[in-house]
Amino acid sequence: MNTAVMESPETSAHAGQGAPLVVAHDLARTFDVSPPWLNRVLERKPRVLLHAVDGVSFTIERGKTLALVGESGCGKSTVARLLVGLYGPTRGGFQFDGQDAHAAFKTPEGRQLRRRIQMIFQDPYASLNPRWIVQDIIGEPLREHGILTDKAALKRRVGELLQSVGLSPLDMGKYPHQFSGGQRQRISIARALATQPEFLVCDEPTSALDVSVQAQVLNIMKDLQRQQGLTYLFISHNLAVVRHVADQVGVMYLGRLIEVADKQALFATPQHPYTRMLLDAIPQMKHTGRARTPVQGEVPNPLNPPTGCAFHPRCPHANARCSAERPQLQTLRGVQVACHAVEEERLGA
Amino acid sequence: MSLLQVKNLVVEFPHRRGTLRALDHISFDIAPGEILGVVGESGAGKSLTGAAIIGLLEPPGRIAGGEILLEGQRIDQLPFDAMRHIRGRKIGAIFQDPLTSLNPLYTVGRQLTETIRAHLPVTEAEARRRAISLLQDTGIPAAEQRIDHFPHQFSGGMRQRVVIALALAAEPKLIVADEPTTALDVSIQAQIIQLLKKVCKERGAAVMLITHDMGVIAETCDRVAVLYAGRVAEIGPVHEVIHQPAHPYTAGLMASIPDMESDRERLNQIDGAMPRLNAIPPGCAYNPRCTQRFDRCLQDRPELMPAGATRAACWLHAAATLETAR
Repeated sequence: MNTAVMESPETSAHAGQGAPLVVAHDLARTFDVSPPWLNRVLERKPRVLLHAVDGVSFTIERGKTLALVGESGCGKSTVARLLVGLYGPTRGGFQFDGQDAHAAFKTPEGRQLRRRIQMIFQDPYASLNPRWIVQDIIGEPLREHGILTDKAALKRRVGELLQSVGLSPLDMGKYPHQFSGGQRQRISIARALATQPEFLVCDEPTSALDVSVQAQVLNIMKDLQRQQGLTYLFISHNLAVVRHVADQVGVMYLGRLIEVADKQALFATPQHPYTRMLLDAIPQMKHTGRARTPVQGEVPNPLNPPTGCAFHPRCPHANARCSAERPQLQTLRGVQVACHAVEEERLGA
Repeated sequence: MSLLQVKNLVVEFPHRRGTLRALDHISFDIAPGEILGVVGESGAGKSLTGAAIIGLLEPPGRIAGGEILLEGQRIDQLPFDAMRHIRGRKIGAIFQDPLTSLNPLYTVGRQLTETIRAHLPVTEAEARRRAISLLQDTGIPAAEQRIDHFPHQFSGGMRQRVVIALALAAEPKLIVADEPTTALDVSIQAQIIQLLKKVCKERGAAVMLITHDMGVIAETCDRVAVLYAGRVAEIGPVHEVIHQPAHPYTAGLMASIPDMESDRERLNQIDGAMPRLNAIPPGCAYNPRCTQRFDRCLQDRPELMPAGATRAACWLHAAATLETAR
């Protein structure tokens, strides 16, 4: 693929450096879910704020994959949307390649930045326009960013993109409904790759797919990362998938990161009790007929989160300090973890 | 004596351009108290098999052949009213989305007592007492108060517990659970699977567990049937099917699942996709994707045949063809 044509001067200048590509600092997003104004006035209902993401900090190195895992409602998709600029942050922000991204998104040069950050969505049935042919779907970002205006060149480029995700250039005249779920997800990947981005935000890219198809898509994503030096933020609730694709893993619970560690460390020696619980909850194929004792309780309502550590009502190691004081993410035992019990070494190995 | 026998079940959908055969001669049985897992990819016919057994095939889908026997009696040709008495009383059902399987306008208590009284000759007070004890058995705290709550006042995991209580209400012999944990988070999923296993064991109910999650199958089931393109590809004890699969499709499926043990750079993938119903190839339905196919696979459709500890529909295991294959 001819990368030279499209590489802008600033990307090539930074490309060789070892600085992290993405640095998120105290990223937070609050949603106002208050009742309507009239109800607030008449029924004296208070304003209600949902802290979907509450002070999340992480860095992603160039060419690496950070995976965010957590259960529904923990804020992982909100982080994804913050990183592509679909939401503005309530507090904090993130730096992309050394510049403040959310400030840049607002300027005319923000288009350049958007070109370099692309997203793959979860549902390949909903994220492709059913009335457009594949050529238009994949060509849209190219036209929109003014990268290719010549029709013949556009067509050639779409053909290349289709080939890079294992589809045939002959498919470009078809509509999305003529493809299977896995093929559609490859079309979304091809669309995301069209502008030659450096950073791909993948929000549950395989959770709508069957396992044999999931393997195809994950393999393609890994191949593309190797060939094009892509950086991924990979969001998933499936720890086995995360273990396969990630370099670093962040575990989220109720809008906060509670543990960030290298893949090996996280899966071999999980520190936070919640991480341990998640790992233990995965049904495993080798344990046929194994009886497990699942952790009790459910994720609390994010509108009314518990005081102190949000996990303390479900945590077997919680004490008075856990219910009063919120633990901060700090480096303990070589990984970043937010837990009083780990800090006080109450957990044992 | 099997509790449920499915013999050569065929389900078809008439279509203006011919008839689509969605289930093509499926046979299996379930023993009393046994948990049979049914796995397969989307469109393999898992849910359709479940729907056919509980008599809830959506028209124009219809049973075009074969038999379904419950305790030795045919239930596939019963009139709608007779089937209503079997559903709930003899066969309970649990569906994927707990919110849509409950009526949002009635309290869970009313739905439970209604089900109990529809099938068992008990008084209202007795039905309510039973409903509370069912809710307690399914792990709902403060069941005496919760019974008067509406479904929207429960969380997803709690709702699925209510659905399980509802399925067990009339003490059925068989539970058909169609993806009961797919809509739930992993930590809740583990709780629900444990619960389902425990309550069914206590009551001696057999379970047909339909899921695409092999991990859930591995930990829960006694036997497993692997479906492909509306046919049973392999059936056998769960440990053998997972660890020594005899059918190339089962082997490929198992290898494509990312696991927590090995460090592989690439996952094994099965190229291609499951054929559409209007384009199922002659011979073995898996032959276009199979890496071990030979001439016979393209012509003759394999029936289930003994293959090690399991039974697989694959010509590799036909004694006569072993030599020609080599």
